[in-house]
Amino acid sequence: MTFIAKPKVAHPSLPKNALGFTRRDYEGALSTLCAGCGHDSITAAIVEASWGLALEPQNVVKLSGIGCSSKTTAYFVSGGHGFNSVHGRMPSIAMGANAANRSLHYIGVSGDGDTLSIGLGQFCHAIRRNLNMLYIIENNGVYGLTKGQFSASADVGSRAKKGETNFQPPIDPVLLAMTLGASFVARSFSGDKQQLVPLIQAGLRHQGFALIDVLSPCVTFNDHEGSTKSYAYTREHYEPAVHADFVPLEREITADYKEGETLPLIMHDGSRIVLRKLDAAYDPTNRTLAAAQIQERMKAGEYLTGLLFVDLEPAQSAFHVVNQTPDAPLNSIPFEVLSPGSKGLEKALARYR
Amino acid sequence: MPASTATRINDFAIKIATVNGTGSASANSLLMKSIFRSGIPVMGKNYFPSNIQGLPTWYEIRVTRDGYVARSGRVEIMVAMNAETYARDVKEVAAGGYLIYDSTWPRPALLKREDITVLGVPLARLCNENFNGVRTRILMKNICYAGVLAALLDLDLERIRELLAETYAKKPQLVDSNMKAIQLGYDYARASFSCPLPLRVEPMSGTAGHIMIDGNTAAALGCLFAGATVAAWYPITPSTSLMDAFKMFSDRMRVDPASGRKNFAFIQAEDELAAIGMVIGAMWNGARAFTATSGPGISLMNEFLGLAYYAEVPAVIFDIQRVGPSTGMPTRTQQGDLMECAYASHGDTRHVCLYPSNPEECFYMAVQAFDLAERLQTPVLVLSDLDIGMNDWMCRDLKWDDNYRPDRGKVLGKAEVLELKKFYRFLDLDDDGIPYRTLPGVHPKAAYFTRGSGHTQYGAYTEDSADYQVVLDRLLRKWATAKKLVPRAVIDATAGAPVGLVSLGSCDGAVREAIEVLKSRGVGVDYMRVRSFPFSEDVERFLTAHELLFVVEQNRDAQLRALLTLETAVEKSRLRSLLHYNGLPISSSFIVEGVLAELQPRQRLQPKGAAHG
Repeated sequence: MTFIAKPKVAHPSLPKNALGFTRRDYEGALSTLCAGCGHDSITAAIVEASWGLALEPQNVVKLSGIGCSSKTTAYFVSGGHGFNSVHGRMPSIAMGANAANRSLHYIGVSGDGDTLSIGLGQFCHAIRRNLNMLYIIENNGVYGLTKGQFSASADVGSRAKKGETNFQPPIDPVLLAMTLGASFVARSFSGDKQQLVPLIQAGLRHQGFALIDVLSPCVTFNDHEGSTKSYAYTREHYEPAVHADFVPLEREITADYKEGETLPLIMHDGSRIVLRKLDAAYDPTNRTLAAAQIQERMKAGEYLTGLLFVDLEPAQSAFHVVNQTPDAPLNSIPFEVLSPGSKGLEKALARYR
Repeated sequence: MPASTATRINDFAIKIATVNGTGSASANSLLMKSIFRSGIPVMGKNYFPSNIQGLPTWYEIRVTRDGYVARSGRVEIMVAMNAETYARDVKEVAAGGYLIYDSTWPRPALLKREDITVLGVPLARLCNENFNGVRTRILMKNICYAGVLAALLDLDLERIRELLAETYAKKPQLVDSNMKAIQLGYDYARASFSCPLPLRVEPMSGTAGHIMIDGNTAAALGCLFAGATVAAWYPITPSTSLMDAFKMFSDRMRVDPASGRKNFAFIQAEDELAAIGMVIGAMWNGARAFTATSGPGISLMNEFLGLAYYAEVPAVIFDIQRVGPSTGMPTRTQQGDLMECAYASHGDTRHVCLYPSNPEECFYMAVQAFDLAERLQTPVLVLSDLDIGMNDWMCRDLKWDDNYRPDRGKVLGKAEVLELKKFYRFLDLDDDGIPYRTLPGVHPKAAYFTRGSGHTQYGAYTEDSADYQVVLDRLLRKWATAKKLVPRAVIDATAGAPVGLVSLGSCDGAVREAIEVLKSRGVGVDYMRVRSFPFSEDVERFLTAHELLFVVEQNRDAQLRALLTLETAVEKSRLRSLLHYNGLPISSSFIVEGVLAELQPRQRLQPKGAAHG
């Protein structure tokens, strides 16, 4: 059961981050997902990324909808508030929460059913608002809790465990997000922690909506032969195109990046993402070309992964910039400032006399 | 002249039939406001179509020296500007009344009534001769009838000029052109008819300390003054003007003068599902947030309302009710969402509802809604309606108590959390059913998990029967606490009668007028206006104390009566329904007739001691 807390005995030699916390301090309740579930690897990557960034645990807000993926918000950063809302509606909760307090880190975890079917509308509009949050889709092409129905991300020709074949074209969250103007779009694989952890870190630092679509095989309902979201199939067909190294503000870039193959991006807080192009022809800063390439490779049966698109100037369209809200969280503004008082009311009513 | 020559000062109704999108709204509000500024109590009701331009629209102005706020149910003066509705407009004039029409074109139908006075004014011709441009001529034709009425009713032209100057403060040339149209109509009427009519206005001092305001504007002001910072909504008639007003006032009063930054977030959502989600997210995170919608929006919000009820997240929702079911008649009024709001969402859910009766109460109840929502950690729905929300009502000046501080409820801060051994979200520590909550960002020790799935009183996920039931039963105790906190009913038992009227919301004005009329006819009745759900304890007492109760409401299915029978011990047989649900605001005469129809046969039977039920 998820309320069984993990034992908090930490070995004294466990490495500590800048806040003096160990990785254990970023864990949550015990997972109740199936053994081998891709989602648990993503949870581990979030723990690693949060620890690495030395986030204050109480400043992490974890949001989700309904489904296997949405349960995972209970499994990391137990020191942060969590909100497991209703199916497909997490983005609106995130919008409201973020409007009230812009100073926290919002991590939304959703699934392909939660995002691409019942929640498709809210997902799209969160992107349009360039809501400052990290949005992770744990994408397995299948409805797990209801035992194996296809989701909207199931590929044509993919076979269900019970033998049925999917003929409806999939909705690809990456291409969709790029069309809608998303400012940070990435794809990864739950089995590739090396790639995933820096992506999560960069997404958390990105000022605006950061999407990471993580292929996350369902060991129980979608890991068989004929499935295009199985471990075996994903390993064979995923193709890292752009590797993102997240470099926190306080660290120097020391890795030996070759000239011309790397692209350092400065985040709003001064930290950097260094993009390493594994595919020389790919340009992650050109929305149109990147989208075309993703589509072409998809036709060839390959999933390009990594930080596939990033907007260098995301801030202009970010919700709070457009809304012109103050830097201080709205929920911290004193009532005396908010309420215009009896004199203000008298003035407001002049035209109604 | 067939018209009654008896003088009637400050006591009659004018109805103006026009085509929407022709500028008649400005003419009508100009007329109403000039009567109001003359110190005469006045009521204005707009019956408009769900359309931008071209469909029939009516505006009813009741000049009422006694300060009634409802429709009388009679029309003494009709301004029939719309050829399409002319036939039925003629029919509606009370015997002895007046009909004003545009005599530029002949209308044979006008000969059909002998018992009214027909006054023809060539409005189109006058405007065509004096103004250029098709659009201007159409607009001025409507201003012109205001001039005609000014002469007929003896309105002060200077007051009209003053109002025009206020309206067009930034476009002074419009003051002159509008005034020219007023004068055209005024002069024509003075030259052609015996002015003023026996039905006319006389300045009085009956409006001191009052304003003319619509309920949506008043509610928006309430939200602003209550300290709401997050407003999320999806456009829907008739609620949109509430959000528009909030934005307008916030842009004026909530912008930091030094930085130009806005101390509010205004979010047009993709639909009502998202709007309520945003409100829940914001209030969960410690901001005061609200949404405004109408029946169809409430239908969509049901799922989230259930979550907020069970996960105990405050939310404030304004339902500006319109005619249902389904899309219904979006621009007409009804009280058809009473049941839907009271029990919104699946499973065992009950929601706190407030029922304002006029704009004044919209203002105060908006503030109260936030206090109740945060105190009780639950959604609070304010059920206004189109009549209250979109019509200008004369009501007492709104007052603000500078000592007011919001009740943010049981929210633990960092220092308080640190003193605890451990924080548990859903424990009933004070025996009132209300647990303590914390806000994100406070301290790792304060963190908890909010969920709509089964949970224990410690905040953990559960599928254990007993643990689940502990929480569900506590929510019932919280409901009992809500009963003590919600606004009490307004009760007038001065008649001490065995018969009582029970009503709510916008029926109030019509009911109070009806009670006076009944009294003048020798029928004394007591009155209770319900102001909230759950019903306060005085509701049950009033029901018990009366033999026969008329429940007056504006829906077909007697929803208030149903709520009363579900939530109190009153016997169904003692409740009679008076139901008005045609989309127009209820009139006092409807209630008087309904009560008398039921009582008079009884009174005739009573001496014989006949039983009736």
